[in-house]
Amino acid sequence: MENLLWIFISALLINNFTLAYFLGICPFLGVSGKLETAFRLGLANIFVMLITAFFAWLLNTFVLPYAPYLRLISFIIVIASMVQLVEMAIKKLSPALFKALGIFLPLITTNCAILGLALFSTNKGYGLVEGLVYALGAGGGVTLALVLLAGIREETKLLDIPKVVEGTALTLIIAGILSMAFMGFAGMFSAG
Amino acid sequence: MNQTTEPITNRTAEEFLKGLWKENPVFVMVLGMCPVLAVTNTAINSLAMGLATMFVLVFSSLLVSLFRNWIPGPVRITTFIIIIATMVTVIDFLLAAVVPDIHKELGAFIALIVVNCLILGRQEAFASKNNVKLALADAFGMSAGFVFALFCIGAIREILGSGSLFNIPLFGSTFEPWVVMILPPGGFFTLGFLLLFFNWRKERKERAKEVI
Repeated sequence: MENLLWIFISALLINNFTLAYFLGICPFLGVSGKLETAFRLGLANIFVMLITAFFAWLLNTFVLPYAPYLRLISFIIVIASMVQLVEMAIKKLSPALFKALGIFLPLITTNCAILGLALFSTNKGYGLVEGLVYALGAGGGVTLALVLLAGIREETKLLDIPKVVEGTALTLIIAGILSMAFMGFAGMFSAG
Repeated sequence: MNQTTEPITNRTAEEFLKGLWKENPVFVMVLGMCPVLAVTNTAINSLAMGLATMFVLVFSSLLVSLFRNWIPGPVRITTFIIIIATMVTVIDFLLAAVVPDIHKELGAFIALIVVNCLILGRQEAFASKNNVKLALADAFGMSAGFVFALFCIGAIREILGSGSLFNIPLFGSTFEPWVVMILPPGGFFTLGFLLLFFNWRKERKERAKEVI
């Protein structure tokens, strides 16, 4: 149990996917203009990550021991098609949820955070439960980073910023400061 | 005959040069950010990552351009991804065999070249619509621009963060390394300030034009 908690906290804060591993930077820079959108993207991220973790485990246990060189190709194809299937299922079963996640669901599939999750949990040798907890933590971490950045960026719209700094440059510098703040979490579990 | 080949050669050179500077994938188009920030903590890692990406981009462009008339429209993205994933698998195993140390340091980020938006973007926007020669010129230009940008960021971070370049110490023992530069925040800061510099240069140029 303690081990699972450690995996969760580690993925959520200490090894935050966005701020420490730089995964999923494209949506991080692109969609973080508005708080509402950022939060929805984060939710869709958690959702796709959970599906990915499950199928990565299936592939790792039943297929890849026989054909290790197919790892990348099979991950990409299986994840992309499964997300598509799940999207159709949600559309039928729960239109409300489908509306909340919207366009982000298919977009996220080609996000490096998703493939990164599958690869990292394979490298760490996680089982099914550990993988799912890891996905939950990583997705939560991405959501946290997105929401924080979007909040700060909404505030900066009201400020008088020199024209040169506007746009990506400012976002990157804010992200750098956020990333520095997250480094503080590294000391949290060093005793245990 | 001469007159028809002349413009084509010019066009090839143009496609090559635009990736290097005018449409530089990192500094101008801000594409493929994950590897740019993640592995550029030393100059040698940046170079290795850049060259691996170059290999994947050039060979994917070659294949996509060769088969562009046979790839059916509705499944083209999937086809591109399979081609790219195959190339990445090749370079992954190649690096593991030839330079195991660097491969270990870059880790999963080699595999993550698959989802680098720069590569898929070039297939969709260029290689699938142009002949092999132009596609290769475009791929070489874009990836040369990518290598150049990665190397700039990597060199800056290594010089400031470790006081060395290619593991050769540059300063005396009195140099206090700026450790944060080789840690994750340094990646954000370096790219942020580089973009700032380019914005400033562009604005100054525009202002100079207005005066004239």
